[in-house]
Amino acid sequence: MEGSTPRSGLKKGETVKHRALLIVAGLIGAVTLVASLSVAAAGTSRPEAHAAPAKSAAIAPPAVPNAAAIKAKYKGQKITFVGDGAVGSSHKRDLKLVARFQKDTGIKVNLVPHPAASDAAYSQLARAFGSKSSSIDVMMLDVVWPGAFSPYLVNLKPKLGTAAKQHAQGIVQNDTIGGKLVAMPWFGDFGILYYRKDLLKKYGYSKPPTTWTQLFAMAKKVQDGEQKSNNNFYGFVFQGNSYEGLTCDALEWVASAGGGNFIDNGKVTINNSKAKTILDAMRQQIGKITPRGVTSYDEEGARNVFAAGNAMFMRNWPYAYAANLTTPVKGKYGVTVLPHGAAGHSVGTVGGWQLGVSKYSKHKDASIELVRYLTSPAVQKFDAIFNTNVPTIPAVARNKAVVKANPYLTPAIANVARVTRPGKYLKTHYNEGSKDIYQGVSQILNGTPASSVLPGVAAKLNALVK
Amino acid sequence: MSTVATPAAPPRRRRRGSKLQRRQARIGWVLLIPALAVVALVAIYPLGKTIYYSFTNQEFLQGIEPTKWVGLENYRTLWHDTIFRTAVWETVKFTLITVSFEFVLGMIIALVVNSSFKGRGAMRAVMLVPWAIPTVVAAQMWKWMYDDVYGVINDAGVRLHILSHSHAWISEPSTALASVCAVDIWKTTPFVALLLLAGLQVIPRDLYEAADVDGASKIQQFWRITLPLLRPAILVALIFRTLDALRVFDVFYVFFGNRPDTQTMAIYAQSTIVGDGHVGYGSAVSVAIFLIIGLFVIIYVTVMRVSGGDD
Amino acid sequence: MSTVAEAPRTAERPVSRSRVLRRSPVGRFLIKLPFWLLIAAIFVYALFPFYWAIRSAFTPDSEQFNTPIKYWPAHPTWANFREVLSTPTFQHALINSTIVAGSVTLFSLLIGSLAAYALGRFRFRGRSAVLYLMLSMTIFPQIAILGALYTMINNFHLYDKLGALIFSYLIFTLPFTVWVLTSFMRGLPGDLEEAAYVDGATPLQVFYKVLLPLIAPGLVTTGLLAFIAAWNEYLYALSFIQSPQKYTVPLAITTFVGKSGSSFQVPWGQIMAATVIVTLPLIAAVLILQRRILAGLTAGAVKG
Repeated sequence: MEGSTPRSGLKKGETVKHRALLIVAGLIGAVTLVASLSVAAAGTSRPEAHAAPAKSAAIAPPAVPNAAAIKAKYKGQKITFVGDGAVGSSHKRDLKLVARFQKDTGIKVNLVPHPAASDAAYSQLARAFGSKSSSIDVMMLDVVWPGAFSPYLVNLKPKLGTAAKQHAQGIVQNDTIGGKLVAMPWFGDFGILYYRKDLLKKYGYSKPPTTWTQLFAMAKKVQDGEQKSNNNFYGFVFQGNSYEGLTCDALEWVASAGGGNFIDNGKVTINNSKAKTILDAMRQQIGKITPRGVTSYDEEGARNVFAAGNAMFMRNWPYAYAANLTTPVKGKYGVTVLPHGAAGHSVGTVGGWQLGVSKYSKHKDASIELVRYLTSPAVQKFDAIFNTNVPTIPAVARNKAVVKANPYLTPAIANVARVTRPGKYLKTHYNEGSKDIYQGVSQILNGTPASSVLPGVAAKLNALVK
Repeated sequence: MSTVATPAAPPRRRRRGSKLQRRQARIGWVLLIPALAVVALVAIYPLGKTIYYSFTNQEFLQGIEPTKWVGLENYRTLWHDTIFRTAVWETVKFTLITVSFEFVLGMIIALVVNSSFKGRGAMRAVMLVPWAIPTVVAAQMWKWMYDDVYGVINDAGVRLHILSHSHAWISEPSTALASVCAVDIWKTTPFVALLLLAGLQVIPRDLYEAADVDGASKIQQFWRITLPLLRPAILVALIFRTLDALRVFDVFYVFFGNRPDTQTMAIYAQSTIVGDGHVGYGSAVSVAIFLIIGLFVIIYVTVMRVSGGDD
Repeated sequence: MSTVAEAPRTAERPVSRSRVLRRSPVGRFLIKLPFWLLIAAIFVYALFPFYWAIRSAFTPDSEQFNTPIKYWPAHPTWANFREVLSTPTFQHALINSTIVAGSVTLFSLLIGSLAAYALGRFRFRGRSAVLYLMLSMTIFPQIAILGALYTMINNFHLYDKLGALIFSYLIFTLPFTVWVLTSFMRGLPGDLEEAAYVDGATPLQVFYKVLLPLIAPGLVTTGLLAFIAAWNEYLYALSFIQSPQKYTVPLAITTFVGKSGSSFQVPWGQIMAATVIVTLPLIAAVLILQRRILAGLTAGAVKG
């Protein structure tokens, strides 16, 4: 009586228990078996083509110029450098540069990778500045942050002003707030147009489009032709999700159509007829030459479509060039500057990073020396070859070895006009202002006419710029 | 129970003597000390701070303006905030849909695993799989399964002729909420199932055997034996699922980012505090969320009391 | 035993047609069919995404987004798994997550069961208030108390230490642990402790000798839920941990970087390989554990 019922229940449970465990083990085993068999049957697995073949090239970080003098003054000081993400070649690059700098100057650099997500990286710096902490000396700044952090950054003009003259002036202006040079450009992405060379030829075009109207027409023609054999083919993909990337794309559309840069010289200019025209034109193309889902695409979303061979045109950052080398479209794509509207010229929104020095740092001068080294032409060249980062010094961008590692840096592309998002004017309100912009554009793309959306966006921006 | 046993017998614990009652209370509170200490540190202090911030214009990056007390101004702005209202409604819809589906599915799974049904072992393993995958990873995975160009859902649907063509599940406003609900239901049904299963396992089997003897059908047994005895587990599962659903963040963020028409309360709070840097206003939003969720708790408590009360 | 009593009863009742149907083999199959279909649908719903993860883990990067979609890669490869397992960040992350999740589970069960003992077996004023206080901990969105928590963690010098996570995860594991275990405690017969007290046991002895074994299903369930909740948590880990060696698994998985080195690229194959690596052992361990303890319980239960 005591445990009879539970006992028998246990017995039943026991057999079932073993059986179920066997089933689970069997499933795992089966999957593993199938996988191994498939791998074996496939012969030698294809070697993963590494994106930038030049990486294995024996390129070493350059020596620190003037090392002896720096060593004499600052040897033994310890500074913390918040650098690029924790894994991958960017981290390796940071490690190499920091090691070289330490060796040559005797300044100890503690390298701390920043969080992968951009807003987490922003928060990390905001917290450090907010608590007046001296725990961070040198840090990487997204191109839209100098405005927000300028009260907390050292003015680099006295010591690095001359060096700054070598860099692309558009970016330097972005980094100059109220006359202070609060950050030095480090590397600079900008938006470019990817296109399918083979399809261009197939449909009888001799060169890629130079205006948006041309792009729409070419995309439609190619899409119609390709969709006969490939249901998933579309004419144009870009970053249409409701996030920061959309601000970048929209800035290119509006600026290239002569509609200004959202905020120009401190005045909110987003609500103008040229902007309306181009945004409405984009809205009308959604679902026609773009997939309906393009309004959820980020950089990778668009790239994956293009890389699978399912798009004629793509707007993306230069990283996609290297990334696409291991995909089915290898060898089939080319790059050029983005098209422009009738009244404007081609532009590319600046992405990329700067370097700044915290005003709470206990070793400002040593930190400035690190910044000087990292933004020097020699290191920019190293960066471009080792990590395919876009240099911000035009002279470096023209270097043969650099162009070899970054084939998109043809003169035409490297010289395209850069436009920057209004971080300078929105300052600490940049995130909010950008959100107002990209939420507005997202609304437009999803079907609302620009004339109903832009006045509201302009009003919100005006409230922030005050 | 005031009749006393013979003086020689030791006093029974249940007697209503005040000395005993005080001793009970003392032991009870002592046992609670660790838990209360954790609550005080980990919850009360941060909550208090948040409530304090909601009455100020605190910003994440203060800049030149000093923080000052603004009284109820944040709340006044919040009252007229239409985006917040949309977010609340979106969250409530999401909660109602997911909690009901999760409850039904969870119940089915728990019953199956608890019975002598042939597939129960496999079901047990299966039900844990979605729960074990990190939410951010799962959300990304589903997002790409839903993709309109290379998503497997569209592909399989079209191949099996269930769908006529590819849908942009996430982009289209009409299917956006449903798509995100499907993911959450997938991910958190195991939570409900596990709780209900634990409750089912302590129901003595003799009750069912006696019912079999009396000729009750399985369905009658379910309504008359299982459900009533499962009530505590059901209520706990429902309360915690509702609270979690009202605070949903990860899946919506991965799917929609800051898209204005699909924001939930937590996304709005996050974008206000971390994105815009308005700690003061964001704290007011948080307090409002707290009150709204508190309302749901009160509803549950009332239902519990009305339908027979807890012990 | 029951047939004798039953025989006259069944003789009196007319046999309904549905009963006949239910008894026949065809009838039983027909009734069970929709049920089996439902079970099959649940299986597919639950397992298909995981299958998709496995399939993506074995797909080389170059084929990840090819169309038409392959349900099993044309050139399956172990490369993603190799890359993941050789990444030091990931190796450390597995250890870190185990430490954090394990500690959180232990603390939750310990503190929670003591609290449940008090709230479930003792009568005193303020009992309900404490329960609802616990509940109120789960009402604030995580993001709302992030700022204040961050300040506190800094003050305790826990920033960038695993202790910060163990500390803050208790916010969401403790409430439901207390609630579930309390309801288990209350469900036990009222006089259970009598015998033990008569024998001279102290309350604590009653706790771990008598009550704890009986609420074992509750302990297993809440332990499991707490472990997995702590294992998968992302927001606080992102906010309080800075050094890569201290990353937990969700952080490590989301920081895998594609070969181009760009922060935009998402190395899907590696992420899925990591997910598979992390999920399979978790499920296996949990299954074995759960069965063991439950089997022990049903064998030893004193149920009358």
